[in-house]
Amino acid sequence: MMNKVVGNQTIKFERKPKIISSAAIVGPKEGEGPLGEYFDKALQDSYYQEQTWEKAERKMTQENIDLLLQKANLSPDKIDYLIGGDLLNQTVTSNFAARKFAVPYFGIYGACSTMVEGMILGAILIDGGYGYRTINFTSSHYQGAERQYRTPNEYGDKYPSYKQWTATGTGATLLAKDGQGPVVTEATVGKVIDLGVKDPKDMGSAMAPAAADTILQHLNDTGRTPQDYDLIVTGDLGEVGSKLLKELLAEKNINLQDCHDDCGKILYNSDQDVGAGGSGCACAAVVTAAYLLPYLNNGEFKRIFVVATGALLSPLTSLQGESIPSIAHGIVIENESPNNAIGNFSYEE
Amino acid sequence: MESEVRGLNYLAAFLVGGLVCGLGQLFLDFTNYTPAHLLVGMVITGSLLTGVGWFQPIIDFAGAGITVPVINFGHVLTKGVLTEVEREGFLGLFAGVLEVGSAGVSASIIIGFLMAALFHPKE
Amino acid sequence: MPQINKTPNEYQKMVKNAHPSDSKVKNFISAYVIGGLICVVGEIITNILTAQGLALNEAGPLMSVSMIFIGGLLTGIGVYDEIAQYAGAGTIVPITGFANAIVSPAMEYKQDGYILGLGAKMYSVAGPVLTYGMLSAFIVGIIKLIFI
Repeated sequence: MMNKVVGNQTIKFERKPKIISSAAIVGPKEGEGPLGEYFDKALQDSYYQEQTWEKAERKMTQENIDLLLQKANLSPDKIDYLIGGDLLNQTVTSNFAARKFAVPYFGIYGACSTMVEGMILGAILIDGGYGYRTINFTSSHYQGAERQYRTPNEYGDKYPSYKQWTATGTGATLLAKDGQGPVVTEATVGKVIDLGVKDPKDMGSAMAPAAADTILQHLNDTGRTPQDYDLIVTGDLGEVGSKLLKELLAEKNINLQDCHDDCGKILYNSDQDVGAGGSGCACAAVVTAAYLLPYLNNGEFKRIFVVATGALLSPLTSLQGESIPSIAHGIVIENESPNNAIGNFSYEE
Repeated sequence: MESEVRGLNYLAAFLVGGLVCGLGQLFLDFTNYTPAHLLVGMVITGSLLTGVGWFQPIIDFAGAGITVPVINFGHVLTKGVLTEVEREGFLGLFAGVLEVGSAGVSASIIIGFLMAALFHPKE
Repeated sequence: MPQINKTPNEYQKMVKNAHPSDSKVKNFISAYVIGGLICVVGEIITNILTAQGLALNEAGPLMSVSMIFIGGLLTGIGVYDEIAQYAGAGTIVPITGFANAIVSPAMEYKQDGYILGLGAKMYSVAGPVLTYGMLSAFIVGIIKLIFI
């Protein structure tokens, strides 16, 4: 069955799973950002009327999956697999969210690359005939992440301007063998890349080489150039990482100048005080679910390559003097026909 | 006359206190060390300055400018040890550490508990 | 196989160039001014206490306790970290910063329970100051004891 692999590490899907629904809920800051109107819901406060930040993250993640099912007009028993992950230790947010739905569940960890990692795995399950519909979801929460990875939220630490802001939000997509919606055509699974960046406040720099590697491999495998895509969008490289990405690829004669953007830069306004831009699992997830997919849906994009990036460190590895290994997973999503828009399909099964 | 002295006291406190904090900022900006390292460094510096007898003259000049920064904590702990060692010898090494500094340490913990019990972290 | 072949050293140089330049001068000035002002507040408190008749060696600890109270309160109401975003070391170095370092984890971990959360984690940021302060005092004491 090797004809499904193109080049060195790119998968070409035979059955081309369709993304038939997507949903995103975000925190207050993200709701005030430039994409505010695109999200299904923006919370008024980061506690979401719960006692702890973590409970808030769980609540919104569960609610988002409910919303996703509602939008697709499906009940949980029509879903074959749930695939989810998040930033908290032992991916508890995802575990507890999955608890609500009696659906077979894969918990995964890709840090901020989880959204695309989940989509790739969901697509593989469908393309391989192991299931008809999968949901992949992920989330992150600013205060929850600060508390776990750095210092308590009320601690007075001044952050350098190259640090990024962990987005509060949750995104989910529903992939199916049949239906209306943008299609997943190819995926490039990332390798763990580490060029020795040690500063845990400098994620963008740590992850840029991984993104560069995945993009390089993908273009090499498929024989395409960046101009063959309407957009190559990275997950959360931010201002600093994006700059480094372009430099690294330029050295390999790949010019990303006009067709690259980054979810971490798209998610916030420049006056929102987010340092170099957004990060966190939610970053790539909510931008993809609420902004990129609709653009594909209505035909403004024909083909995009979403490359979500993750920094695979833990709070302890930094203390122990280790550098930050990173990974970038890429997925190609296309709009095969303008009439193929989500919402034009009625379900029969 | 007294208010002029007061005024000079405030100026000295501002100038010296600001300098200590400014030097701390340079430390954070030019090295990869964290605030925790800075505080530990300051406390040890205060301790060493007390050991060689230079800390008291700085207090006489700058007042709160040197007693407010955490460098003073090193001074206070060391002063306690030195005083007790003179009085009791070896036991003073252990008995004296918190003698002068006990107010600060217990206040931190008691007030810390109070504030934490009353308030919730905000966004 | 195509590869991003860069050594960590080469990449470090690229990273440094890509970083926006935070003005170290501005940081110094902000730290200086806010830190200086906090010390002036301490001086005012000391003067008020000595004016009430307290001796300097009583006013000193009482001033420390007051500053700890102020730092703790400002942390509790969520204001201290806002000031710190601007002041950097100007809010970390004064004793108010020490109070912030105790109150903030205590507040944050309260949700994990009063004993194992608030009670234990209260020392997680400020603990090293106590440990190494005491150690340093002890060593200075030993040196004095042996050589005098």
